[in-house]
Amino acid sequence: MNFDRLKEKLEILADAAKYDVSCSSSGGTRKNKKGALGDSSASGICHTYTEDGRCVSLLKVLLTNHCIYDCAYCVSRSSNDIKRAAFTVEEVVDLTINFYRRNYIEGLFISSGIFKNADTTMERLVRVAKKLRLEENFNGYIHLKSIPGASDDLMQEAALYADRLSVNIEIPTESGLKLLAPEKNRQDMISPMRYIQKGIIQYKDEKKILKKVPKFAPAGQSTQMIVGATNENDLQIIKVADHFYKNFNLKRVYYSGYVPVLEDQRLPSLTTEVPMLRENRLYQSDWLMRFYGFKAEEILDPNVPFLDLEMDPKLSWALRNLDQFPVNLQTAEYRTILRIPGIGVKTAQKIVSARRFQILTMDHLKKLGAAVNRAKYFIDFNAGNAYLKYLTDKNFRKLLIGGSSSKFHNQFSQQLTLF
Amino acid sequence: MTTLLYDGSFDGLFTAIFEVFEYRYKDVEITSRERFHQENIFAEIHEVITQTEKSERVLNKLEQNIGKQGIYQLLKVFLSEDPDLENLILSAVRQSVKNPENNILENFADNDVLKISKICKSVNRERHRMTAFVRFEKMRDGVFFSKIDPDFNVLPLIRKHFHDRYQDQKWMIYDLRRNYGLLYDLNDCEFFYPDEKIILHNYQQKFHDEENNYQILWQRYFTKTNIVERKNMKLHIQHVPKRYWKYLTEKW
Repeated sequence: MNFDRLKEKLEILADAAKYDVSCSSSGGTRKNKKGALGDSSASGICHTYTEDGRCVSLLKVLLTNHCIYDCAYCVSRSSNDIKRAAFTVEEVVDLTINFYRRNYIEGLFISSGIFKNADTTMERLVRVAKKLRLEENFNGYIHLKSIPGASDDLMQEAALYADRLSVNIEIPTESGLKLLAPEKNRQDMISPMRYIQKGIIQYKDEKKILKKVPKFAPAGQSTQMIVGATNENDLQIIKVADHFYKNFNLKRVYYSGYVPVLEDQRLPSLTTEVPMLRENRLYQSDWLMRFYGFKAEEILDPNVPFLDLEMDPKLSWALRNLDQFPVNLQTAEYRTILRIPGIGVKTAQKIVSARRFQILTMDHLKKLGAAVNRAKYFIDFNAGNAYLKYLTDKNFRKLLIGGSSSKFHNQFSQQLTLF
Repeated sequence: MTTLLYDGSFDGLFTAIFEVFEYRYKDVEITSRERFHQENIFAEIHEVITQTEKSERVLNKLEQNIGKQGIYQLLKVFLSEDPDLENLILSAVRQSVKNPENNILENFADNDVLKISKICKSVNRERHRMTAFVRFEKMRDGVFFSKIDPDFNVLPLIRKHFHDRYQDQKWMIYDLRRNYGLLYDLNDCEFFYPDEKIILHNYQQKFHDEENNYQILWQRYFTKTNIVERKNMKLHIQHVPKRYWKYLTEKW
């Protein structure tokens, strides 16, 4: 193996893959077989973090950055003058195994530029996964990117060897996609997703009857969309995410704040800042839908279709729904407690445990890990709570914003000065 | 005041706890012999001799009240090496004996229980970090070697994880601070306790021929996968605290 050439390829193809935000290695279990390599558990492990603070859990590379498409937002677009490279199947397998043996990674995330056509590309990706599983006895995590337009047969095979599959829907709105990626269409993205979804359901049914059923994309599917490349609003984005969670049983939807990398009239200029705060708010909303029992319609008001950048979406919801407060910590249901600003899943669980032993006070709440600076205004204790008088105050919003400072405040101050 | 001195082992501690009940000590503290400095000249010293029958009796009783999970939490407190660990565990046992119907470890409004839960959280965090930040280096004899220096004694908590994961390669994880390690030789996965500290100067000279190449590949990957426009060192350091850097291949 030519080490210098391999190093060069890795640099090019890691660089090209880095805008894909999917990073998780969780959700699937794949027990090690006796004497083999690798074991995946549901929780997943981030092995390191890049200087931009993102988790590295998988070797994330493109098989190749040669691409026949010319999507405006993509660095690998055919009209972009960049260094091109392609890994062989053996090279990717070797890197994965050797990185895994040194405990650098949980497994492989492989995507690809589209060379020749969808099926040729998909076939090559499947070969990587197949070789890892069958020849190397590898039980680590494998995430394959499904190539839009790939045939059902290849998707079937992909799902047998990969833990997770994903198709990026790229741009949240149909019209945005038409504008920036005229050669792609939504239907080609949806159909492999639909195929896998049906397969997963079928696999689950068979598993109820038969003892031994092969694993079929056990960690499910995910997708991502780019935020801020076109002029969609947050309500549209959340609705799209909700649609995919509900109708495609997706495990995750990722949001990727657009990083301006190319000069193009259709795109924001190169000097535009990455919308990191907006991206952060979208993830918070996503969490509210998946773990806090919020419906998409509750998170945003159609009259104000953008998320509040000054406060998190839960606090923002609470301000629009003051009639639901105060909540009594001693008697309220778990799911009601979850809706109190400043109280997370773990704290809510601890509250429900601890209150069986004694009557809770503000002091307890602090110790249990709640963000009391926000929570204190929304809670009723058996002993009463002096902060409740602010609930009806006209300047309540100001008071709340003054009492907390965003972690993004200094770093991305330019965005905040807009408001 | 009675001071119970034990040998510093988990069983020793639970023998001591058994004897607190056996002799009906009220005003009592438990300390390991190693850490004991006589400060309170009025304290009466009680030497505990570790007896597994006694410690098992406490643990079995305890398991009925707080479950295997609860015992595991107390083990984490033990491995935290917290100066107050003995008295926290004693407090948990006392409360549990008094209140057998409930899992007292869920009473987060109690100060000792809250402290136990906080220690468990810290130990868990470091346990998890060790599953993430261990970096194996392949040696000439084919063994994948790693050195660690965790704040808490988490090696016993990660044995299963690495044993499950790496079954077809020999590996070793060595705790520099506590001078002991784990060794897997393709058959058994056991702790080892060297008589003297292992000297690790120049041990890179014993690297396998291919080791440097893969380290360089990983370093290049780490650099290239970063998005410069989104640089956020505060977040980076929060996730990868500096004290771990010297053992991370990518932070060379």
